[in-house]
Amino acid sequence: MFIPIYQRITSFLRDLGEVSLLGAEVVRSFRLSRPSWKDFLYQLHFIGVKSQSVVITTGAATGMVLCAQTYFQFHKVKMDTATGAVVSVGMSSELGPVLAALMLTGRVGAAMAAELGTMKVTEQIDALRTLAAHPVDTLVVPRLLALLVSAPLLTAEAILVGITASWLIGVKLLGIDSAYYLVNMNRYTIPEDVFNGLVKSVVFGVIIAMVSCNKGLTCRGGAEGVGRATTEAVVIASISILVANFFLTLFLARLFKG
Amino acid sequence: MIEVRDVHKAFGTQKVLQGATLTIAKGEAVVIIGRSGGGKSVLLKHLIGLLPPDRGSVLVAGEDLACMDERKLLQVRRRFGMLFQMAALFDSLNVYENVSFVLRRERRYTEGEIRRQVAEALEMVELPGIEEKLPSELSGGMRKRVGLARAIIYRPEIVLYDEPTTGLDPVAGDRIDRLIRRVWEQLHVTSIAVTHDMKSARTISNRILMLHEGVIYADGPTDSILGSTDPILHRFVNGISTPQNEGP
Ligand SMILES: Nc1ncnc2c1ncn2[C@@H]1O[C@H](COP(=O)(O)OP(=O)(O)OP(=O)(O)O)[C@@H](O)[C@H]1O
Ligand SMILES: [Mg+2]
Repeated sequence: MFIPIYQRITSFLRDLGEVSLLGAEVVRSFRLSRPSWKDFLYQLHFIGVKSQSVVITTGAATGMVLCAQTYFQFHKVKMDTATGAVVSVGMSSELGPVLAALMLTGRVGAAMAAELGTMKVTEQIDALRTLAAHPVDTLVVPRLLALLVSAPLLTAEAILVGITASWLIGVKLLGIDSAYYLVNMNRYTIPEDVFNGLVKSVVFGVIIAMVSCNKGLTCRGGAEGVGRATTEAVVIASISILVANFFLTLFLARLFKG
Repeated sequence: MIEVRDVHKAFGTQKVLQGATLTIAKGEAVVIIGRSGGGKSVLLKHLIGLLPPDRGSVLVAGEDLACMDERKLLQVRRRFGMLFQMAALFDSLNVYENVSFVLRRERRYTEGEIRRQVAEALEMVELPGIEEKLPSELSGGMRKRVGLARAIIYRPEIVLYDEPTTGLDPVAGDRIDRLIRRVWEQLHVTSIAVTHDMKSARTISNRILMLHEGVIYADGPTDSILGSTDPILHRFVNGISTPQNEGP
């Protein structure tokens, strides 16, 4: 369906405004109320522990193809042993955080938007408000905190698995010398690469939580509305992650160049 | 206690409330009647600040809800209990966690004390021993009664009931009516209910308000409203439909 451009602009600005207001409420919530440990741990389990299979699979698959493809190109110019360096830098600073975040958006962001959206259309959010509990305190803050903790950990896991998988493919399958592979990898991967990746993952975690919770809380209509909110949450969070990644790469590069 | 002044509310182009004005004193038991889709649930949600009016004001104990942000409203809502039309139980929590929601958040009671209070509240709505069930495992009428237990367990000063007996069999309905009356008489709450059932209105109210076309059309003691000779009231109360293109 064709949507006029001005409508896209207004809806983008509205989303931006809603997310900002939600952000302000989250900050107020940190100041005024104590988050519930029980809710936080439950979310940590759902978001962190249960997302591992998805994140590990993604990390391994990416590390493997990246290694193979890099090797095929570098082999032509006799630079086989530089493969490990390319994979490790690429995984740590770009692919690890971005792909882990996109997988989290699909698994966790969609679930958040659908759950909060259903609560909204079945008046459970209103019930919460009559029981003198703020929806941001009880629903948004535990999810945001759980994502803040689990996103960097899952990203680190994806990077680690990706690099290990690439070593297996490069050394065991393609026959690159293991020692040179590892030495070059160590020489060209600087701590900042990993640090950048983890900083990005924290920002992406915030994006996923805020966009998805906002779409859920502002959901209208019945089952169709929940479906729409879920789709929009995934699309908007994914695009925001990709755009944010670009600017974060530029910004973090500047930061370390001084 | 509650004062509604000239409240207007529209959803898009659909005007639901068009200048509703009413006052409810402390300790009254009021029933709101009106046609289906006439805005009764919307009016109840204004009383507790879940919906903001487009125009006009709602005062609770002299304070204007429109001047408050959500966090201030939460303080005011501690005085209220509300039973939703569709019960609105938290479907990820079991019955015990639903009913004890406020008590557990306040951290004033021990776990054992809360268990006892929940058991007592479930006993009152005649559903003893279902603490561990999930809302999805209950019938509509059972959910309604769990919602009722959740609304009154923390002893609010004002209780709003949105169609407390719809979906219950006549006997269970009568028991709930008696329970609502008992809560009103013994706990001295202000009780505001929406109902379509005139028999239940007689049991649970001493005053009836009729919402018609967005305004309070009639307001008076239960008996005089139920016996009224006003054509609109008379037809509504006795359930007489009019030929199309005519009357209410
Ligand atoms: N959140 C909302 N968004 C849009 N329209 C709404 C909303 N809530 C209620 N309405 C509309 O307002 C009107 C009044 O609804 P309300 O639920 O108050 O009716 P009611 O008097 O409680 O009816 P019933 O007796 O069937 O419960 C309805 O026509 C409904 O379509
Ligand atoms: Mg209703």
